[in-house]
Amino acid sequence: MDLDPLLLSRIQFAFVVSFHAIFPVFTIGLASYIALLEALHYKTDNPVYEKLSKFWIKVFAIVFGMGVVSGIVMAFQFGTNWSVFSYSAANFLGPILSYEVVTAFFLEATFLGVLLFGRDKVPRGVHLFAACMVAIGTFISSFWILSANSWMHTPAGVEFQDGIVQMTSWTQAIFNPSMPYRFGHMALASFITGGFVVAGVSAWYLLKGRNPNTSRKALAMCVVMLAIATPLQLVVGDMHGLNTFEHQPMKVAAMEGAWETRSRTPLILFAIPDAANETNHFQVAIPGLASLVLTHSLDGEVPGLLEVAPEDRPPVGVVFWSFRIMVGLGLLFIAVSLASAWQLWRGRLYDSPRLLRLLTWMIPLPFVAVLAGWFVTEVGRQPWIIQGVLRISEGVTPSITGWMALFTLIGYISVYAIVFTAGVIYLRRVIQAGPDPLDDAPEDKTARPKRPWSAVPFKVEQAAQAGRS
Amino acid sequence: MELIDLTLIWVVIIGIGIFMYVLMDGFDLGVGILFPFAPSDEARDEMMTSVAPVWDGNETWLILGGAGLLAAFPLIYAVFLPALYIGVFLLLAGLIFRGVAFEFRFKAQARKYWWDRAFFGGSTVASFAQGAVVGAYIQGFETDGFSYVGGAFDWLTPFTVMTGLGVVAGYALLGVTWTILKTEGRTQEWAFRLAPWLLAAVIGFFLVVSLWTPLAHERVMTRWFENLSWLWLFPALTLASAAWVFWRIRMRAEAAPFIGSMLLFALFYLGLLITQWPYAVPPDHTFWDAASDPGSQLFLLIGVLFLIPIILGYTAWTYWVFRGKVKSGEGYAGH
Repeated sequence: MDLDPLLLSRIQFAFVVSFHAIFPVFTIGLASYIALLEALHYKTDNPVYEKLSKFWIKVFAIVFGMGVVSGIVMAFQFGTNWSVFSYSAANFLGPILSYEVVTAFFLEATFLGVLLFGRDKVPRGVHLFAACMVAIGTFISSFWILSANSWMHTPAGVEFQDGIVQMTSWTQAIFNPSMPYRFGHMALASFITGGFVVAGVSAWYLLKGRNPNTSRKALAMCVVMLAIATPLQLVVGDMHGLNTFEHQPMKVAAMEGAWETRSRTPLILFAIPDAANETNHFQVAIPGLASLVLTHSLDGEVPGLLEVAPEDRPPVGVVFWSFRIMVGLGLLFIAVSLASAWQLWRGRLYDSPRLLRLLTWMIPLPFVAVLAGWFVTEVGRQPWIIQGVLRISEGVTPSITGWMALFTLIGYISVYAIVFTAGVIYLRRVIQAGPDPLDDAPEDKTARPKRPWSAVPFKVEQAAQAGRS
Repeated sequence: MELIDLTLIWVVIIGIGIFMYVLMDGFDLGVGILFPFAPSDEARDEMMTSVAPVWDGNETWLILGGAGLLAAFPLIYAVFLPALYIGVFLLLAGLIFRGVAFEFRFKAQARKYWWDRAFFGGSTVASFAQGAVVGAYIQGFETDGFSYVGGAFDWLTPFTVMTGLGVVAGYALLGVTWTILKTEGRTQEWAFRLAPWLLAAVIGFFLVVSLWTPLAHERVMTRWFENLSWLWLFPALTLASAAWVFWRIRMRAEAAPFIGSMLLFALFYLGLLITQWPYAVPPDHTFWDAASDPGSQLFLLIGVLFLIPIILGYTAWTYWVFRGKVKSGEGYAGH
């Protein structure tokens, strides 16, 4: 059998990074929510906020721990599978990725410990400060990662000399053209993800008739936030798309399924793109709308994929459909958020079982939307690993053979499957147990900040019983 | 930048970072290696409780080392990782398994034994892989320009198996002397009985590797057997330290065996650096060949100089808080 090490390395990277991404995208949003709860508790002294915060800090600890574990592989994968790319870009990527690690560990070493274990040991103001610093820290961490990633899409501030990146401007490289848009888009995605998870879990408690006071408060907070964030995401996403249109027109052409360069480009609702024959099948489209969206004029010209040679085009099908999944889910999020906000306004949200059930079902969808979005942007960059500079086929480690890549691909899938299953079972039990029984658990004296999971001081089997009772 | 040799500064920073990692993750990996041999389930609880507060802080240094290498010595990053492709996977899988085992052993009740095995297996595989990395570093790498061009299992030779087993034995020694320090009663008695055997094994591996290395590598032969007679201080000090550790174990000293074992590791480490200096990717590339642009080294140095004191301070504080003996039934093993 002929195994392609390049393809397998790409699948492995996609798998590892997708698996890893779902944890931070949730914890970034959740950290801000916890900081808000702490601030409200500090200001109002309302015990509901404290109860909510205590519960979600426990969930945060588990998800953060899973993110750390899955992230270890990321730090080494650039070298094992993409050594030529790493070596070429090391002058920029090395310090940037190191700063991410430094930020993450600085955050872990200091403020996370105080947030998880310090509630009764430090003054309330200090605890609130720690919560805010953890929230800010998650943003700084993602700032570095998204800067590095954006630079691969829109490289700036560097020169390429003999295949090596040499810095000309750190500021231009860090704040490269797509960086602010990607950061804004991702930050909102984190809020929306965190919001839907908290809202979904709270709705589930309300349906079960458990913890009505805390769950109502949490649900209302999330619904208000979501009603603002989801429409805003449409605007920010559009700005991000226009930025992509300017710098990576072939990615946008793949997103739109546009083959020919033309004015009055239609917005395609449905189609089966056919890369071999350079056309779409079964196309359903609104005439001229893509031109209007991208150029703000019906007569605006949108470059098509035929502009470049076939080997310079991204894989159309994946980008086209991932984009539609992301946008479709985004529109669903707006609809559900606005409907929930409307019911909240009318005072009927807590007594709308169908809407509450719908909110519970929404829990996995933001993760799907985030991954679909990443597939659009990353697959859309193909065939480049650094846009316009280094091809992905040139960046892969030359010494990898097909079976080596297959071995580690299967290996990482197996390892992560076990970690993920264990983590999710654990998380489910924590959520099933709910805020109340957890509050009665004795303080864990050996719990240490370095071990986020020790912030959840009870046994799995006990939690299961508590969940059933 | 001509006034300051940033590359040398980074050699020191990364060198200290790796050594911190080896010492600190060394003893908690060692506890994992010893796990199936512990006399009782209570002893296992005690051993795990003794490393619970510190183990994942210890692993911080590994990730920092990985990212730091990419920033300061990209050539090391871009040659070692592809050359050790399968080994790196085993190392990471081992570390992840034992990390998960750590959390779940404390939280699980019925399936505790399953997690015991994962903890042992993950610790042993990760330790062996680290030892093989050391062996591969001594062996050198087949490179063409800035890329590794050797095979998938060049890193797995009789020599690297020997260094791999040597590190497993070495970590087990750190683990058992840590156990002496942190426990009492039957567990400590067991550790006292086991420690001399592990010490003997470590010295055995040390002698085999020390003789094998110069015989197999002309570069090493030249380094050790020409001119620099003061170099022989290191093997002499190593054997003297080993004798001292042996004597202190016999005297039932509690802290000295652990301190002495760390000293042994420091001597091994210095001996390795002397053997390899100034090669970062032997046989062709020195640390200066492997370095990134001075601007990049400086850019990160600013942040790291700010961070390392904080991490060190925090680490020291954690160890201070958890000083003293663990007792069975105490801590969250008893919940």
